[in-house]
Amino acid sequence: MAAPEFDVPELKEFRTIPRLAPDVMAHSKPHVASEKINEAIGFPGELVENWQEKAIEKMGDLLGKYRSLKVYLDSCVHCGACTDKCHYFLGTGDPKNMPVARQDLLRNVYRRYFTPAGKLFPKLVGAKDLTRDVLDDWYRYFNQCSECRRCSVFCPYGIDTAEITMAGRAIMDSIGLGQKYSNEILGKVNRIGNNLGLPGPALEDTLLGLEEDVKEDTGVDVKFPLDVKGAEVLLITPSADFFAEPHIDSLIGYAKVFHAAGISWTLSSKASEAGNFGLFNGSYEMMRKVALRIREAALELGSKRIVVGECGHAWRVAYSYWNTLTGVGAGGDDPFARQLQSQLDQRYKQPMHICEFTWDLIQRDVLKFDKEANDHRIVTFHDSCNVARASRMGDTPGGQFEIPRNIIKTVANKYFEMPHGTTHEQTFCCGGGGGVLTDELTEIRVKGALPRMEALNHVVQANGVNFMATICAICKAQFTKVLPYYKFNRGMVGGVHQLVSTAIQLGDK
Amino acid sequence: MTAATIFFAVLFYAATVILVAGLAYKIVDYARTPAPLKIPTTPAPTTNGGVALRMLREVALFESLFKSNLWIWVFAILFHGALLLVLMRHLRYFTEPVWFWVGWVQPFGLYAGFAMVAGLLGLWARRFLVERIRYISTPSDHLMLALLAGIGGSGLAMKFLMHTDIVAVKAFFLGLMRFDIQPLPSHPGLYIHLTLVALLMIVFPMSKLLHAPGVFFSPTRNQADNPREKRHLAPWAAELDAKN
Repeated sequence: MAAPEFDVPELKEFRTIPRLAPDVMAHSKPHVASEKINEAIGFPGELVENWQEKAIEKMGDLLGKYRSLKVYLDSCVHCGACTDKCHYFLGTGDPKNMPVARQDLLRNVYRRYFTPAGKLFPKLVGAKDLTRDVLDDWYRYFNQCSECRRCSVFCPYGIDTAEITMAGRAIMDSIGLGQKYSNEILGKVNRIGNNLGLPGPALEDTLLGLEEDVKEDTGVDVKFPLDVKGAEVLLITPSADFFAEPHIDSLIGYAKVFHAAGISWTLSSKASEAGNFGLFNGSYEMMRKVALRIREAALELGSKRIVVGECGHAWRVAYSYWNTLTGVGAGGDDPFARQLQSQLDQRYKQPMHICEFTWDLIQRDVLKFDKEANDHRIVTFHDSCNVARASRMGDTPGGQFEIPRNIIKTVANKYFEMPHGTTHEQTFCCGGGGGVLTDELTEIRVKGALPRMEALNHVVQANGVNFMATICAICKAQFTKVLPYYKFNRGMVGGVHQLVSTAIQLGDK
Repeated sequence: MTAATIFFAVLFYAATVILVAGLAYKIVDYARTPAPLKIPTTPAPTTNGGVALRMLREVALFESLFKSNLWIWVFAILFHGALLLVLMRHLRYFTEPVWFWVGWVQPFGLYAGFAMVAGLLGLWARRFLVERIRYISTPSDHLMLALLAGIGGSGLAMKFLMHTDIVAVKAFFLGLMRFDIQPLPSHPGLYIHLTLVALLMIVFPMSKLLHAPGVFFSPTRNQADNPREKRHLAPWAAELDAKN
């Protein structure tokens, strides 16, 4: 690791609220998407000439389509309850990273162009013209938000800054000021089928290699099927699972679970990606387009069940939106939804999280474990924001917290919780979610990870924790990068199914 | 009939029209704007009954604020709870005969006047003392608190320092409701109190006071967590399905 060009925050025993340091992160912004990248996904190549007019027009369009945006821009009373809740504020002290101040970047412009008070008395209510300076602030600070929704837990009106950030990014995309990282990925997923741009033949090779590795390791023929028609389960997983460390160990874990349970399954080369960056950019149409690949794959392969691998925002899109966007779910009585819903086996939840899938098998006593195989690990669990605050598992609210923990406690002996207020629905983001997982944003990512690192340090010091399990590809990639900045071993982070993989008994050895 | 009587009569008719029409416009607008996606902040109730209960806790107890910041919660509950009692106490000016429970609430409403002002001053103090809240405060945030504190202060002053003829005030408001204008007592405290109240009614539908209706329309709080069981589709989004 090269020496950082910024000061890494110090880990303190008790979390403190920083003093305000105005504009201290004003230099942080992602690379602007090139003409080619923007045009490939239907946005203007570069900042359009009449951008101001177009931006206001787009804002009006979004205000008519999203009740959340309209209500949230009106309702804030500046009470300040959210001001100390954002990990990026806690890590930097930049006041524009306080959720309310981030929202105000958009709200001030909304007031100026859409409300009588802002039109008549702009100074009084803090309304602002959309100038180049304001646009630049949008680009900086809407790209320093991971859309983690922690603020929405604490707001007395449930104002969700993620909704505001998404609208801000959607407006910027519409005038040609897209962000390179997310928009490039959206191009790849549409063109090739996954965010990493891994083409079908390469994927096939990778999976064959994995079969050999697992055979060597265990002596068992665990399969990693691709494009198998008629397989019961279609597994949709983040493409990082195919080759990145530690992600791949969870993929091996899923395969072992399917093998041990004797349930036929397949991956799809067309839909070889669970991630959906359309969410991050606040584009319903884009998100729908990316999600439709999964619908098509399921229809082509004739799958009865759709299971989703370890990925936070993907699970949000799958759980909360797939039924809306693509009809994966139940209760649709329109022709579009019926086409898929009649094919899916409605005895099971559609879609199902891999943790729900595994936990169900555990409860039915289908899987056997050698718990001691994980005894070298002292485990804690990091709740990923989109799973914790934007989705559910199981039948009751909060299942998204219990089920992964239950699995961990089934497959490992040593487990410790991080401090109260840093887990469950109050979990702190890893610092890399929501479309900021790119190298030029390393500083904000490292600083944004501070609250999580402090919580982790707590259980490292007190309990000797050496493994932080999580069920999100972005969390895994982000922690692998930022852990060393805080003098932790990058290998500390891994998936829940990595633990499953270590302990599961395949039986037919 | 004094000029002041006519002025306040016109003012209150105008303020009432603006408040009612403005709020109706906003509420209809919120209700008509679709929420295309399921975005309840989870863990969330899975049934509509559960959602109603969550909303009740949010509106009556400020549940999220309680989790968030105890100081703001204390001042906010103090102010809003007291305001409710004060408003109930004031119903005696608009009902004849006075409803039995309005009579019952009178002494509580009186003490609530002090609690209301105390809560407001607490909230206001935070705008000066807490650096983060000072940063986000706009002139209108201060003015809104000044307006409410002014209403509370002038009301208390009339009760404890310089009485006004409340029988005549009641006759004035009952008269307004029957379109039969009665003389308003000439009293500076009363003039200040009523002007500020009318101002509050006028700014209500075009200010952050919209948080009152807004909270009921907040998708993170008013949606049930059942996306897998029930297909949720906005009209503009359903059109996309037809094109597929």
